[in-house]
Amino acid sequence: MAGAGELAIEVLEETAKEKKDGYILVVEGAIPTATDAVYGAIGERDGKPVSMEERVAELAQDAQAILAIGTCASFGGIPAAAPNPTGCQPVSKILEAKGINKPLVNIPGCPPHPDWFVGTVASIILNGLPKAEELDDNLRPLAFYGKLIHENCPRRAYFDEGKFAKKPGDEGCLYELGCKGPITYADCPLRRWNNGTNWVIGAGAPCNGCTQPEFPDLVAPFYEKLVDVELPTIGAYWESGREKN
Amino acid sequence: MSKIVIDPVTRIEGHLKIEAVVEDGVVKEARSSGVLFRGLELILRGRDPRDAQVITQRICGVCPQSHAIAATLNLDSAFGIGDRIPDNGRIIRNLIQGAHVVQDHILHFYHLAALDYVDITDVAKYEGKDSDLNSIKDFCSRGVLDPFVPRYEGDYRLPAEINQQAAAHYVKAFEVRRIGHEMVSIFSGKVPHSVGVVPGGVTAAPTVDMITSFLWKLRTLQDFIDNVYIPDVLAVAGAYPDYFEIGAGCKNLLSYGAYDLDGKDSDLTRRKRLFKQGTTSADLKFGGLDITRITEDVRHSWYEYSSSGRHPSDGETKPEYSKQGAYSWIKSPRYDGKVHEVGPIARVAVDYAHGEPEMKKLVDWALAEFKASPSFLFSVLGRHLARALSAKYIADSIEKWLLELKPGEPTFAEYTIPDEGRGMGITEAARGALGHWIEIKEKKIANYQCVVPTTWNASPKDDGGNPGPIEQAIIGTKIRDEGNPFEIVRIVRSFDPCLACAVHLLTPKARDLGQFRVV
Repeated sequence: MAGAGELAIEVLEETAKEKKDGYILVVEGAIPTATDAVYGAIGERDGKPVSMEERVAELAQDAQAILAIGTCASFGGIPAAAPNPTGCQPVSKILEAKGINKPLVNIPGCPPHPDWFVGTVASIILNGLPKAEELDDNLRPLAFYGKLIHENCPRRAYFDEGKFAKKPGDEGCLYELGCKGPITYADCPLRRWNNGTNWVIGAGAPCNGCTQPEFPDLVAPFYEKLVDVELPTIGAYWESGREKN
Repeated sequence: MSKIVIDPVTRIEGHLKIEAVVEDGVVKEARSSGVLFRGLELILRGRDPRDAQVITQRICGVCPQSHAIAATLNLDSAFGIGDRIPDNGRIIRNLIQGAHVVQDHILHFYHLAALDYVDITDVAKYEGKDSDLNSIKDFCSRGVLDPFVPRYEGDYRLPAEINQQAAAHYVKAFEVRRIGHEMVSIFSGKVPHSVGVVPGGVTAAPTVDMITSFLWKLRTLQDFIDNVYIPDVLAVAGAYPDYFEIGAGCKNLLSYGAYDLDGKDSDLTRRKRLFKQGTTSADLKFGGLDITRITEDVRHSWYEYSSSGRHPSDGETKPEYSKQGAYSWIKSPRYDGKVHEVGPIARVAVDYAHGEPEMKKLVDWALAEFKASPSFLFSVLGRHLARALSAKYIADSIEKWLLELKPGEPTFAEYTIPDEGRGMGITEAARGALGHWIEIKEKKIANYQCVVPTTWNASPKDDGGNPGPIEQAIIGTKIRDEGNPFEIVRIVRSFDPCLACAVHLLTPKARDLGQFRVV
């Protein structure tokens, strides 16, 4: 935007007042809560910095719904990784802690594909807020996060044959180089990135599981083979508790 | 005496607050504060060293590729394979970093800085047939002027038709940047947070198809730089010539150099690079780079004072928010104990001082347009000019490198992670000198430190009380209208600050249409 400083903050505050219960709050980033939430401030009020935690709670209170964009806002992501020096929390935890009961949609990814965000916003404008059955257990729209990377991967045939790449640049499935495709829900192999130019596995690199709540601590080390995954039934293993279509 | 506080400074990455104390219309004191702290260096400890490449990219989505390069050079050196990267790997890294930096310079001029100089609301008067302009006109006619207002008012000098043309270029620049991202994606999988650059080389194997596609897209970028970007910077400079005379700052410049031209020297300070490693000052004499002379002060930053004055390879990050006299999450890096500015201006001036013929030709040509001497580089417009020339210099070099790729030859060298070791990765991000340092113990990260360009530029006062480069650039500036402090925001943005990175680092407060809070 052209404006800066208080000009920018006023737009934010005025919108919340004028459109009470009629706006969608979009939150990007995890929310630092440690040490009285001093680690992240958004503008000032009466000469004092206003913490991100305070802003999110205030703006969420009067919102119609909240979109958490990115893995940090959705699940905590990198800043919340151990030892979580700034006490970062995802939006869901802040809402819970403040007793704010509003519809929440998570659009994770580090970063999320632009289509996942724009598609969700477009869908809300055209069809209203998503129904419960249109979201998965992690509140992700099934339209974009409904299938495992592994299910649609062009290197899947190598996996089934047991042909694995031993180093970058090799032909074969990247499973042994640390690919997290078998546990990661996203449509990257079909949608691809940057106008359909390429995607992670297309560049010969393993998927690092960035759309998952497990990212980063439970999918790291990124270049080590996954552990604890029952290979033949990967999908069923990770979907336990949910009906498979 | 009055105080201008700008928080947040918008159209930059991250959260920056600028405070300026104004007396008789002149800035007497300035404070630049970073107000978001994440502690990524603490998060890196105890992890697999290879994960540094993935995690440090997440410092910021604006220039993850630069962090990927710095982290990877750092790991190459810690793993002892710095001199063994195959040429294909070295060249593809240059292509990824180069394509990224060129689109980033375009991003800065059009999408971050232009609204300070170009009155985009003139599009409302447009009568022609350009479909982009008519769609902005239509947008404005519905009474929706966001995101172009509110803003500071009273100093837009370009004639209506130039403003309209610049608005069309603002829109065109999105498309050109998209193509730049596609170039990165060809070799690196996706943008942001690319995956192709890894210790040992790169993951992608080049094919003729990839090379052709990359070249075709590069042509679009080169055409835009030569025929749109550089002419637009010259047009802005022509209308705002007084900005060649303000915002000089500390006049000491530092560049780590970037784009390896051969991979044989494992010492990054001596490796043959497109941009030279070195320093220069107002006299434009070339000085070499001795990395041991870098220290980081924290007297005015919210970190424990016991960690002040250390070299980054030995650096500590111990937050202490309540510390007296501190006002920023940014540390104060200094070279040889002196304040240094980094960025395209440093790359261009260091190469100019070193006598690089192509760079000399470019700079002399641009300065001749204004009958200006090289001393004019040390200014707000000098930074914009240097950024545009840097974009051209890189884009034209990429073309040569691309044709040196050899499909079918290796792109990756194998390695083993050592039990113990130290590494350093230095390169030039779009915004300037970027350094990563690692210490490995028991095959895990024992310590990791990043010193990023905005840490240099937006740094607070050092232990000796010397203000950082942005602070120095603001101090002494005449403010014509305290309610619309154009001078301050134009100076700050000319540095292209990126605070997501620097914090370890934010606000004039303006009211309705250009009235600021003056305290």
